[in-house]
Amino acid sequence: MNPKFKVVGLYLLLALTILYCSGPLLWQFITSLKPDAEIVRIPPLLPQNTTVDHYVSIFKGHPFLRIILNSAVVAASTTLLSLIIGSLAAFGLARLNIRYKALILGFVLSVSMFPPIATVSPLYLIIRALGLRDTWWALIITYTTFSLPLAIWILTNFFREIPDEIYRAARVDGCSPFQAFYKIILPLSAPGVFATAVLVFIFSWNEFLFALTFTSTTASRTIPVGIALFPGLHEVPWGDIAAASVVVTIPLIVLIFAFQRRIIEGLTAGAVKG
Amino acid sequence: MARIRFENLRKAFKDVVVIPRLELTIHEGEFFTFVGPSGCGKSTILNIIAGLEPATEGKIYFDDKVVNDLSPKERDVAMVFQSYALYPHMTVYENMAFPLKMKKTPKKIIEGDVERVASIIGLKELLQRRPKELSGGQRQRVALGRAIIRKPKVFLMDEPLSNLDARLRVEMRAELKRLHQGLRITTVYVTHDQAEAMSLSDRLAILNRGEIQQCGTPMEIYQKPLNIFVAGFIGSPPMNFFRCAVKRHQPLEIDLNGFNLSPCVESMPQGDSVVAGIRPEDIIVSEQRIEKDIEDTGNVELVEPVGSFSWVDVRWGGIKARGILDVKEKPAIGGHVMIRVKKDKVFLFDPDSGRRL
Ligand SMILES: Nc1ncnc2c1ncn2[C@@H]1O[C@H](COP(=O)(O)OP(=O)(O)OP(=O)(O)O)[C@@H](O)[C@H]1O
Ligand SMILES: [Mg+2]
Repeated sequence: MNPKFKVVGLYLLLALTILYCSGPLLWQFITSLKPDAEIVRIPPLLPQNTTVDHYVSIFKGHPFLRIILNSAVVAASTTLLSLIIGSLAAFGLARLNIRYKALILGFVLSVSMFPPIATVSPLYLIIRALGLRDTWWALIITYTTFSLPLAIWILTNFFREIPDEIYRAARVDGCSPFQAFYKIILPLSAPGVFATAVLVFIFSWNEFLFALTFTSTTASRTIPVGIALFPGLHEVPWGDIAAASVVVTIPLIVLIFAFQRRIIEGLTAGAVKG
Repeated sequence: MARIRFENLRKAFKDVVVIPRLELTIHEGEFFTFVGPSGCGKSTILNIIAGLEPATEGKIYFDDKVVNDLSPKERDVAMVFQSYALYPHMTVYENMAFPLKMKKTPKKIIEGDVERVASIIGLKELLQRRPKELSGGQRQRVALGRAIIRKPKVFLMDEPLSNLDARLRVEMRAELKRLHQGLRITTVYVTHDQAEAMSLSDRLAILNRGEIQQCGTPMEIYQKPLNIFVAGFIGSPPMNFFRCAVKRHQPLEIDLNGFNLSPCVESMPQGDSVVAGIRPEDIIVSEQRIEKDIEDTGNVELVEPVGSFSWVDVRWGGIKARGILDVKEKPAIGGHVMIRVKKDKVFLFDPDSGRRL
């Protein structure tokens, strides 16, 4: 085939894929700029009279900033906790002499196989018994539990990629296993750590079911629930919802672009022969 | 400085026995070398000494202390890894300073030590580079530097010069020898390089499948190889082996490719055939006739000049042999040459057990 043709085809396919993936987001963005009257009508496809009213109203009418704070704290704490526990567990599974490693990893994975809807009521009972209802901790603990399998699996694989002899060299150079872990293994797995952090953060930021069940006021309500419960007078405030969705997506996009290079970066190049 | 003693050591990975039984003492301050084919367990032995692999059975002593349960740090060993194992996220400087940092050495002293070692290994200009910005040989020298910056009880070196060019290798070899003579720290060394093993070691051990075939000074092993394996392994190019019929037992007389030969032996062969081993340097090939020892004719198959002389492959009757040729002689391929064997340099081996007779 003509190579020029190939390139054009490639880019066409790429453009289609991007459009397909970002379509909903684009639609949200367009909706958020439409005045209420235009929202439920097509045509026009694109807003005739663009407005920022919805953006103003979400910050005016609702405790939107508090909800964002809740989400930020919950997502950040979950990420931190998952990374700490997950990386230590992964280090043990990847490097130390532990028996039944495959069995443990399989068991860990099985935890994430329960559908959330099946676990939500027993978890609610536990949360209530602990007196954690409507607190950040209710969500942090739950989210950490559900994101740990992912964290452990990703990090175990990353730690395993690091040549054994590098770890051994650290031991010979005077490190205890734990020192070798945080001075050598962890910095070398930075791409894996960032990837895990981003995935866990996104999961916690977007989670809906548990957040809906365990929170009841703006003291701990997170963004997805907050948006879903936007009070409308007579009808669903689609414009406000769209504006809010766009606003809360921005931190994720920034996060991913900021860490993209770290995630892709191959830090281990040149560690061993060849 | 320590004496290392293995007592009845056995090492198996799951069901695979790598070292069936090792009984050996490496003396205090000695430069001891392990040589052997790939996969014979050399790296495994170093790892066991370092405390990176547990022994399956048996004990390891440093001096009179059992060290089986001590961590690498407590054993105080420095090691050069076969794959270098540099820390990719650290510069050359930080790599070499790392072991000192772990010992909480003052910064001023670290700076001085890195400077000194960097000039020994010739990497002073590259201290701020990262491993991935170095060539293989440079990386290997950093690995060496990271070990010799310390003054441990034992140095463990797993083929530390394998990736250097010929000139640098000879230079670094001399540096290692100087270092060892200055510090007298017990050094356990692994190499594939004959010349390296011979020139550095006080003693060496030839390993095959995890078992020591022979252990002794380089000269002992070269001059009195205990079996075919050792004889074939030490010396480069390797020894020629010929199957010979025994013509008479008392006194011994064998038939080496048509020659009657009565070599000195320590024990009589059992069967009616033996294996004769002759090093290439003891088979002299020439276009002229030299009346001495046994002499025969053959045809040249290949000439490999190495500088001051040439190695030459000849077809000699029904067999092929490698010999040595004066540089001035340039026989044509297929040309006729005289072959002379130094009679007193012929080794005889039992064909079944492989032991030298
Ligand atoms: N972790 C391991 N698990 C299973 N088998 C192993 C392990 N490490 C080494 N072996 C086996 O033990 C044997 C000895 O390995 P070792 O690395 O000591 O060889 P070596 O003499 O250093 O070889 P080379 O010259 O190629 O470096 C090999 O057959 C190898 O396959
Ligand atoms: Mg090896």
